[in-house]
Amino acid sequence: MSAVWVGIVLSAAGCFALKLTGLSVPERVLTHRLTLRVSDLIPVGLLGALIAVQVFADGTQIVVDARLFALAVATGLLALRVPFLPMVIVSAASAALVRLL
Amino acid sequence: MTEPTDRSIITDSVGVSVAVGLYGVSFGAIATSSGLSIVQACTLSLLVFTGASQFAFVGVIAAGGSALTGALTAVLLGSRNMFYGIALAPRLELSRGQRAAAAHLVIDESTAMAVTRTTRRHARLGFFWTGLGVFTLWNLSTLIGAVAGKTLGDPRTYGLDAAVGAAFLGLLWPRLQTRMGRVVALIGAGVATGLIPVTAAGAPIIIGGAVAVGLGLLWHTDTPSEGAEA
Repeated sequence: MSAVWVGIVLSAAGCFALKLTGLSVPERVLTHRLTLRVSDLIPVGLLGALIAVQVFADGTQIVVDARLFALAVATGLLALRVPFLPMVIVSAASAALVRLL
Repeated sequence: MTEPTDRSIITDSVGVSVAVGLYGVSFGAIATSSGLSIVQACTLSLLVFTGASQFAFVGVIAAGGSALTGALTAVLLGSRNMFYGIALAPRLELSRGQRAAAAHLVIDESTAMAVTRTTRRHARLGFFWTGLGVFTLWNLSTLIGAVAGKTLGDPRTYGLDAAVGAAFLGLLWPRLQTRMGRVVALIGAGVATGLIPVTAAGAPIIIGGAVAVGLGLLWHTDTPSEGAEA
C-alpha cells in the first residue's frame, strides 16, 4: 500500500506547486499562446482517455458491460442539464440495475 | 443587474460551496471502493484538494495502474490551477506569505467566484469564502463517502465502478461544447481504448491524453487571428 502513499504525496506536492506558481509568477511568463493552448487541451484529452479506460478496461482486456450503459445514461442526463451529483448517482444505479437483470 | 454587496457575494459563495462540497461524497465512495483506505481518501481531499485530479488518481489505481502514473495524471490535470492563479493574482493582490496560504484554495469554483469581481475587496471575499467553504464541506463529505464506500461491500453491486466514468464525463461536459473539444476528447478516448490490450494499465490514459493534445495543437482552424505554428 505504500506505493499509493508515495503517489498521494507526489500528487499533493505537484498540485500545490502548480497553484502557488500561478499566483506567484509574472503574468507574461505563462501566458505564451502555445502554453495556453496546451493547458486548454490537457484536461480534454486526458478526461477523454480516462473515461474510455474507466468504461472499457478490465485489466488489459477490453470489456463491454453495464459500465457502457451507465455512460450512455450519464450522457443523456447531462444533455438534460441534470446536476453533477444526481447524474452520477442515477448513472451508477442504472449499471447496478442492468447487472441485477 | 444590481451591484453585488458583501452579503450577496458571501451568500453566493456558501451556495456554491454546499453544491460542490456534496460531490465529495461520490469521491470518497469511489476512492475506497477502488481499494484506497479511508485515511488515504481523506488525505487526498485534504492535501491535493482539486477534484478532477483526485478522481483521476483514484481512477488510475482502480484501473490497475501504478501510483506513479496516477500521480502524473493528477498533476497534469491540476495544471489548469496554475492558470487560474495567474488570473487571480492581480485581483487578489496578496503578499508573499498570503500567497502561500491562499494557493491551496485555488480551484475551479473559488476562481470563478473571484475573477468576475470588480474590486479587490469583493474578489477576496468571493475567493476566500468559496475556497474555505468548499474545502470544509469537500473534506467532510469525502469522509462520509469514504466510510460509506467501505461498508457497502462489493462496489459493482451498486454500480460504483460505473460512477467513475459518469463523474469524469460530468467534469468533461462543459468542454464538449466546441467541435474542437469533442474531437480532442474522442481522440483521447479512441487512442486509450486501442492501447488497453497492448500496454500496462495506466499507460493508455497518459498516451491517449498526450496524442489528443498533440493532434489538437496541429489543428489550426479555430485560431484565425494568428498564423498558428505549433
